[in-house]
Amino acid sequence: MTEAPHRACEELLELYLDGELGEGEVRGAEEHLDACGYCRRNYRFERLFRAYMRQAVSEPIPPELSSKLAALRSSAV
Amino acid sequence: MRFEEEALEHADQVYQVARHMAGSREDAEELVQDTYARAFRSWRSFEPGTNMRAWLMRILTNLNIDRGRKKQRRPVEQPLEESAYSLYDRLEQAGGRSGEDEEKLIGRLSQSAIVEALADLPHDFRDVLVLVDLGDFSYQETAQILAIPVGTVMSRLHRARRLLRQSLAATVTEGNA
Repeated sequence: MTEAPHRACEELLELYLDGELGEGEVRGAEEHLDACGYCRRNYRFERLFRAYMRQAVSEPIPPELSSKLAALRSSAV
Repeated sequence: MRFEEEALEHADQVYQVARHMAGSREDAEELVQDTYARAFRSWRSFEPGTNMRAWLMRILTNLNIDRGRKKQRRPVEQPLEESAYSLYDRLEQAGGRSGEDEEKLIGRLSQSAIVEALADLPHDFRDVLVLVDLGDFSYQETAQILAIPVGTVMSRLHRARRLLRQSLAATVTEGNA
């Protein structure tokens, strides 16, 4: 099985994509990505997937709601 | 800039988060209105110079929890796989072709499948995922918004992402069966 060593990578990659690693850890993650084709593909995929998901679920605020909120502001003055 | 104007600039993002935390569009609209009504009433409790977007989300999540989430969809309980999990691998396996590029693989996921998979996540997990992945909040900010420890944010987020990817992989596999 090639899966076992990548469990730790999965967690590292997640933190890296979230921008939650410290400077030294970022370097470590990038070195690993340079060296490991499997993780590199997963990283590219995950980055694209996150953008795709965001687009898929995004829904603009209904204009009537914006008007209602603006009205709340006037009544709060 | 006046407090109210600054708060209204975040309305679009507040709505995005509300839309996925509350069960329906109607609930989300009500939740956003209640959030702004409370924010405008309690502007004195906002510390100028701090993160207003996070402050608004804190009001929103508190109101959402107060509402008891009664009308919300029941989460589907799914077992979580223990081994490393890669949606990329699952999609590649499901397609029966290797070396397909990442965009093509992602293109097999339908928009409605993603919306459904997100809605089916257990509330506590979904709240964290929505704040981090859609709201762009850091782990620390998310912890403050939800009043939970950072470690809990991390474990819920990890679980939420895995569950979401597991159920998406299942939609593609079923589609091919």
